[in-house]
Amino acid sequence: MIRLEKRPTPSRAWIIGAPILAVILTMIAGGLMFAILGQDPVESIRVIFLDPLFDERFAAFSRPQLLVKAGPLILIAIGLSLGFRAGIWNIGAEGQYIIGAICGAGFGLAFYPSENLLIFPGMIIAGALGGWAWAMIPAILKTRFRTNEILVSLLLVYVAEAILAQAATGFLRNPEGAGFPGSRNLARHPGTDNPEIIAGSGMHWGVLAAFIAVIAAYVLLNRHLLGYQIKLAGEAPRAARFAGVNPTRLIILCLGVSGALAGMAGLFEVAGPAGQISIDFNSGYGFTAIIVAFLGRLHPVGILLAGLLLALTFIGGELAQLMLGVPAPAIQAFQGMLLFFLLALDVLSNYRLRWKTAEVAS
Amino acid sequence: MKKLTSLMAGAALALGLGAAASAQDDSFQVGFVYVGPIGDYGWTWTHDQGRLAVEETYGDAVETVYTESVPEGADAERVMTQMILNGADMIFTTSFGYMEATNNVAARFPDVRFEHATGYRRDHDNVSTYSARFYEGRAVMGHIAGHMTESNIVGYIASYPIPEVIRGINSAYLHAAEVNPDVEFRVVWVYTWFDPAVEADAAQALVDAGADVVLQHTDSTAPMTVLAEADAFGFGQASDMLQFAPAPRLSSIMDQWGDYYVRRVGEAMEGNWAQADTWEGIGDGMVGIGEMTETIPEEVRASAAALRDSIASGAYHPFTGPINRQDGSVWLAEGETPEDGPLAGMDFYVEGIEGEIPN
Repeated sequence: MIRLEKRPTPSRAWIIGAPILAVILTMIAGGLMFAILGQDPVESIRVIFLDPLFDERFAAFSRPQLLVKAGPLILIAIGLSLGFRAGIWNIGAEGQYIIGAICGAGFGLAFYPSENLLIFPGMIIAGALGGWAWAMIPAILKTRFRTNEILVSLLLVYVAEAILAQAATGFLRNPEGAGFPGSRNLARHPGTDNPEIIAGSGMHWGVLAAFIAVIAAYVLLNRHLLGYQIKLAGEAPRAARFAGVNPTRLIILCLGVSGALAGMAGLFEVAGPAGQISIDFNSGYGFTAIIVAFLGRLHPVGILLAGLLLALTFIGGELAQLMLGVPAPAIQAFQGMLLFFLLALDVLSNYRLRWKTAEVAS
Repeated sequence: MKKLTSLMAGAALALGLGAAASAQDDSFQVGFVYVGPIGDYGWTWTHDQGRLAVEETYGDAVETVYTESVPEGADAERVMTQMILNGADMIFTTSFGYMEATNNVAARFPDVRFEHATGYRRDHDNVSTYSARFYEGRAVMGHIAGHMTESNIVGYIASYPIPEVIRGINSAYLHAAEVNPDVEFRVVWVYTWFDPAVEADAAQALVDAGADVVLQHTDSTAPMTVLAEADAFGFGQASDMLQFAPAPRLSSIMDQWGDYYVRRVGEAMEGNWAQADTWEGIGDGMVGIGEMTETIPEEVRASAAALRDSIASGAYHPFTGPINRQDGSVWLAEGETPEDGPLAGMDFYVEGIEGEIPN
């Protein structure tokens, strides 16, 4: 009979060990799943985790791609983690990402074909403001009318998707695009493009912003009163109130920051790797970032590593599809296992296992 | 930690072996980039049928690889590049949204041939585009719908307000109105290609508005289920949807890419592949008209078949003047047919259709 016993303080060893063990367990369970599907399990795991980094054919291309894929995930997840720590659940980063991209792209296209150097900084601000404004809807509804921010932010994703379709087929459509949906290409126009800072590195301005966000969040959480308030509000809401934390202000702040970062991520994506506003511009970064935030234990450095790890499984998963014929849903199940094992092992940092002897149980 | 390092070491060993095993590359490799899952029984499924036809035709001389559910944009570019690094000699990108990505990757790999479905940009010599004249099939569906409706209200589930979809509505309407001057079209825009719940809602809304025949330009079978309950009629889309025959499914408009894929892969293997802009219809087999069920009166089946055959032979163009635009201005004079250019960019309703195209 196994019993859980709460630890007096969370185990530091488990906090670090659980993610590593989760990755190993995912490899084992995933390997079993691949074996059942008729694939060589070792080969599959190798293709997913190692080929993108070390295979001589792919590495030179895949390594920079890791940054391209991880950048928006990290940027969004950092914002989400602040709210999650305080018990404020922004599930609608996908919508804020979309609105940020539309606002930022709209700002840039409004000055087309100007190549003024101030346009791109303006686009970043417009993108951040767009995401911020979209997140303010659940924030204000929550603080004024006590609505549930989980539902409101999530449902606003579908509204944002409808606006995106409108933008791609209507108000942002490329006038020289023969009536087809999609905006002008921002990435190919100097002034509105988000280029690689060092050519061939995958490091565009959004990746840099993600790294800055990681450092800023780390400083905020460890060196700043606000960071303390955020942590306190999540762990002991009543104590936080006595300590003078203003819950309304915290909600507005956490949703605002996560919205702004998601909006910026959308802008960097639309002006860089994606290139244009299209009907299906959003590809789930806002939702995947929730996984990244939890995989990284809501810790800035953890999120950085988790973002890179998940990006690796995306890129390696594509390789597994085309080299081995592993079906796409199996890759998604594999990623799901990663989160499952992590959350399951999470228990062990707060609890320890006790084997009760039979006589006590009877 | 020890466990992890030994696992890494084991995997690193496997890396060396694997690299040696996959180094040989003598068969012609063709990659397919899909926007949805191959099990959607819609758009992506039809392209995968084309891939299977290539495999069947060329056997061991060809190796095909594919990646499913690839988002449009940066992800597509990465998938294509990885396919090429893995040895692909030719790549089919099967969604309009891959247009930028296809041309970007094609610029970097001039020796690889690219075939992009439904796009219009061929920035480099190694990029071809292809699409089907679905409006030819819509003409036949419209003809049947015009005969079959008793309420004189025909519903239309439209995906996005883009030329492809607008052209289909116009073609269906013209041929419905030709046999039934009292017919009215009700169009619902659902802003999706595949979303069973939304499509079902749209079908129900159209039935509630009095439609007894509904055409769909979305891929799921959900509207069929609604139509079956309402005793209304519909048409298969993308795939045959034969499981709903003999009613509500009266016939179907099918995407058939196999012949084209087999031909183009063959040309590439023989070294005589050249850039092309292909737009084929019923005559070339790219658009298929599914079996017309016995629910349709015999004389209508005969006239619909005659219409199909005259389009296939080229004797008749579904857009033959006189045709006016919705605002009454002249688009095509008596006997005139449109050039492919304006037809590809069609962004207006023809005269007789009510409502506005959203923008």
